[in-house]
Amino acid sequence: MIWEEGRRRWEEGNRVLTRVMIECKKITKTYLTGTGAVTVLKDLSFAIADGEFVAIMGPSGSGKSTLMNILGALDIPTSGEYFLDKKSVAALSDDELADIRKNKIGFVFQSFNLLPRSTVLRNVMLPLVYAGVPKEERESRARESLSNAGLDEEHFYHLTNQLSGGQMQRVAIARALVNNPSLILADEPTGNLDTKTGEVVLGTLEELNKKNNHTIILITHERGVAEHADRIIQIRDGIIVSDERK
Amino acid sequence: MKIRDLFEEIFLALLGNKARSGLTILGIVIGIGSVIAMISIGQGAQGSIQSNIESIGSNLIQVMPGTQRSSGVSAGWGSSQTLTAEDADAIGAEIFLANAVAPEISGRYQITAKGTNTNTSVVGITASYPGVRNVEIEQGSFISEQNIKNMSKVAVLGPSARDDLFGEEVDAVGQTIRIKGMEFKVIGVTKSKGGSGFGSQDDMIFVPLSSAQKFLVGKNYVSTISIQAKDAKSMTTLQEEVTALLLARHNISDPNSADFRIMNQADVVASASSITNTLTLLLGSIAGISLIVGGIGIMNMMLTNVTERTREIGLRKAIGAKRKDVSLQFLLEAMVLTLVGGVVGIFFGWLASLGVEKFGGITTAISPTSVFLACGVSAAIGIIFGYYPARRAAKLNPIQALRYE
Repeated sequence: MIWEEGRRRWEEGNRVLTRVMIECKKITKTYLTGTGAVTVLKDLSFAIADGEFVAIMGPSGSGKSTLMNILGALDIPTSGEYFLDKKSVAALSDDELADIRKNKIGFVFQSFNLLPRSTVLRNVMLPLVYAGVPKEERESRARESLSNAGLDEEHFYHLTNQLSGGQMQRVAIARALVNNPSLILADEPTGNLDTKTGEVVLGTLEELNKKNNHTIILITHERGVAEHADRIIQIRDGIIVSDERK
Repeated sequence: MKIRDLFEEIFLALLGNKARSGLTILGIVIGIGSVIAMISIGQGAQGSIQSNIESIGSNLIQVMPGTQRSSGVSAGWGSSQTLTAEDADAIGAEIFLANAVAPEISGRYQITAKGTNTNTSVVGITASYPGVRNVEIEQGSFISEQNIKNMSKVAVLGPSARDDLFGEEVDAVGQTIRIKGMEFKVIGVTKSKGGSGFGSQDDMIFVPLSSAQKFLVGKNYVSTISIQAKDAKSMTTLQEEVTALLLARHNISDPNSADFRIMNQADVVASASSITNTLTLLLGSIAGISLIVGGIGIMNMMLTNVTERTREIGLRKAIGAKRKDVSLQFLLEAMVLTLVGGVVGIFFGWLASLGVEKFGGITTAISPTSVFLACGVSAAIGIIFGYYPARRAAKLNPIQALRYE
């Protein structure tokens, strides 16, 4: 059913794609604060197909971080439905969400979040440890993932705190890739990098999308960064104000 | 997550902060080590006091003279002179539960021998004395029935008395000593029994009871009657029977005005061991406090650890770690620390108790119980004090944890 619905939607958008990766229906997120309830996301509905490179753009306070948390299965919506790779994620328990993150999502964070005092390879292998991948297999997969993310082999045994910002973000991308996720979620991946290094990292993401057909969602507040994606969804005050494709 | 991977994560984390891990382990080492050492000192004291008491003899009851009363005036304990060798014979003959009876009379006298002299206690005894009081002969022979019958002036020396009079390792058998100016011939030397202070049997001179009564004291009473019970169970009954017999023989109807008193060895052992138990408990609780302090050290370290690694925990959760994976990692980290601390602590506690024994001259005894207790306690500390930080880590919200500065 979902497959057919997705197909119909993408035909509407003059694109023939095979499969829906993300589908959000009327997602609402309300936080209870001391003074009352604050609704951060208001009835958001959209779909993202397999292999798309989408930027979600908006100023701070627009609700894009909350949306990213829901898309990344770090949080659940107050109401509405969210299907990731045909599986409903809207009402799962903590541990079930952890399973979704483990198997279907790769995160790239603004502040890299690498383990200090450990080697590049160990950082990239960490998701495989939690996924229960046999030890022998981990290193070869980590190496493959690192070269896809464009890191030179000479750095594989370096400690993460010896790397430059751009190299660290490549390691983080490799870590996000290593589990073959359905979705890569990059939260302000260039926020801690200078413009030139940022361009290189964005280039890497573009390449992963074009060459390896990874679905990528890029969350940013900068127009220039969002331009690298094929589709830009703009959010303001918890609603979608525009959804443009190149 | 596989157990092997879990342990790899734990060791990398612990080795990642060697100084802090080391200090935390040190806290547990001190705690466990002091428990082991303190308990070993307490139990060593208990053992040595018990063996001291038992060296007097086993299953022993001692009858001693009581208060001499004349028209209501008490002259104090030991003043009565109503206990006689005949009382001892009567106990031996009439009371079935008495295995052996050894009357004795003792007094302190100046002893001289070839220019040296010493002041020590001279005990008049019968031939049954060595059996009842666990005295063994080292050289020569002990006082015989014949010596007693003949009121022979013969003496058996304790090893310390021998050392004082003749010098160490000198063969004293055949020499003569003078007690109260009278010559006694040395016929034997007893084996050393160790022990020191009052009533050490090493610093005594034994002579026949009859000779002591006639030549030294000049009176016919005895100062102690030692009675050995058939077995440990019959001691209370024996005590009652001896009391009844002596009251009858001394024509006393009211047990409260008895002119003798009876000391039961079992009572002495019981009161001594209650003292040493209190000592062990005291030492153990002091050590226990340091163990608790060590445990709180672990909790403190783990809590700091959780705070410091908040972002790491957030990341682990974001890439798929479940609550159980996170809590198990932190709990096992705490347990590894306490376990390593426990093992090292047992080793150092053992070293400390050896040191106390060697340099402090106190007997110590490490019991397997205290080792198991210490191991159990250290594992329990790991679980109890590691549980709270582990739970706190597992409950962290990944979104907030990732943003934590």
